[in-house]
Amino acid sequence: MNFRSKVYKYGDNVDTDVIIPARYLNITNMKELSAHCMEDIDKEFIKTVKPGDIMVGEENFGCGSSREHAPAVIKESGVSCIIACTFARIFYRNALNIGLPIIECPEAAKNIKSGDDVEIDLTKGVIINHTSGQTFDIQPFPEFIQNIVNAGGLLSYIQKQD
Amino acid sequence: MGMTMTQKILAAHAGLDSVVAGQLIEANLDLVLGNDVTAPVAINEMDKIGADKVFNKDKIMLVSDHFTPNKDIKSAQNAKQIRVFANKHDITNYFELGEMGIEHCLLPEKGLCAPGELIIGADSHTCTYGAVGAFSTGVGSTDMAAGMMTGKGWFKVPEAIRFNLTGKFNKYVSGKDLILYIIGLIGVDGALYCSMEFGGEGLKNVSMDSRFTVANMAIEAGAKNGIFEVDDITLAYVNDHVKNREWTAYTPDADAVYKRVIDIDLSKLESTVAMPHLPENAKPVSEVAGIKVDQVVIGSCTNGRMEDLREAADIMRGKKVAKGVRVIVLPGTQKIVMECIQEGIFQTFIECGAVVSTPTCGPCLGGHMGVLADGELAVSTTNRNFVGRMGHVDSKVILASPAVAAATAITGVLTDPNKL
Repeated sequence: MNFRSKVYKYGDNVDTDVIIPARYLNITNMKELSAHCMEDIDKEFIKTVKPGDIMVGEENFGCGSSREHAPAVIKESGVSCIIACTFARIFYRNALNIGLPIIECPEAAKNIKSGDDVEIDLTKGVIINHTSGQTFDIQPFPEFIQNIVNAGGLLSYIQKQD
Repeated sequence: MGMTMTQKILAAHAGLDSVVAGQLIEANLDLVLGNDVTAPVAINEMDKIGADKVFNKDKIMLVSDHFTPNKDIKSAQNAKQIRVFANKHDITNYFELGEMGIEHCLLPEKGLCAPGELIIGADSHTCTYGAVGAFSTGVGSTDMAAGMMTGKGWFKVPEAIRFNLTGKFNKYVSGKDLILYIIGLIGVDGALYCSMEFGGEGLKNVSMDSRFTVANMAIEAGAKNGIFEVDDITLAYVNDHVKNREWTAYTPDADAVYKRVIDIDLSKLESTVAMPHLPENAKPVSEVAGIKVDQVVIGSCTNGRMEDLREAADIMRGKKVAKGVRVIVLPGTQKIVMECIQEGIFQTFIECGAVVSTPTCGPCLGGHMGVLADGELAVSTTNRNFVGRMGHVDSKVILASPAVAAATAITGVLTDPNKL
């Protein structure tokens, strides 16, 4: 998998309540719900995000609720991949379970700024920041998780097992 | 190499003699929990792939508690979707309005968690059941769907932080103060991917209700789970609630390896609050007292149990809520409602000028039944104070114990209950 696009950059502890406020969680259609993605910290995000764009946070991205709506609306908004120093664990597994690639890479997450032109090559295991000219190596997923991601999510993986 | 409590439970459920931190395992589930926010998404996912069977109708619990009693048509549709699913699969532990409660208060009350069991729930506060010595953790809707279909889940075996408790809480200090102190100490990602394991000779001075509060908020330190060693207090509770099934209590090995060991003397703790907008912004209430509040919330899955409501009522009895402050009481379950009625606790709250709600998650997540306007501040016994958590993006939440919340309700400003 290979992505290259513009970055939306956020800081530490981007929580699930700002990714998708709970007041909207009576909506279960992710397309409809994605209209509110990030609105409490970045009203411009949903108006300007383009398919393929990349989201970058720093420490503990996705902390808080177990709501899968959080990675789901980010994916629905068009974001191709999230990079952060660390992810909250429920968000981490939810993203992989729904087939949204996420990458823990502290060096890249700290270096990349909003608006940078960033390329991610999951096959080669590298992140290239074309704006700053720097490259960063990515740790590969363990095989078990790689299988879930390759299957396009946990339920497809389970189906293929059967 | 020795194992922690959590590692032993995971090994047993994966059919392995031992596991080590970092190992990926597939484990059998004793219970899968979902609510009206997460279960509809899980059911949709099952429908998408044409899955029409559940692994065990007795090992799934469904509770509509977030937006119930249904706050609008969309919420009603979600609750209906769960009801139809529960009826179709003849789900034993489906709880409808009238017998329901806030899931994390209801599940232990119904005897659905026991020491050594492995429970996943599509709600982050599923970690609550570590109070009885179970491994329980929050997951998303896809994990819930997979769990309902297969009875299995994948886990990365966590490291643990060990908390050795000594001493005894002072008056008005409880489990909420302990967990807010700990989150202040280690931060909202201080236990990321880790278990938080609680033990030590001070455990005998920590009630079950306080343990539920502490385990409930393990997620607010980023933890995978919070778990308490099983002692006589646990056994008394479990023997009273868990019927008709065997369970195994696990103790950590003497040579278990911990990432970090933290000793806490309970007698040194003060009433503690978490200032906006993160649970790690912990301060002794004595340092920040005097801030004017608009709303006080007492209850929720964190602090909506009998001991919590009794403590608040004891402080508020015979007094009046400060003019201009709205006080909302959120009992955890129908059984707790009944006990509060029988003990005169609701009468105390109502005479004071508080309102008493039916069990619901409502205001905690800014859903309904007490949403904040711009610029408003709430002191709340709930578990999160993120930006916009309880309503308007420019509102604020201070997290506190039932004692601090009750004292604040009377004065109208953030108050140390010892100074009331």
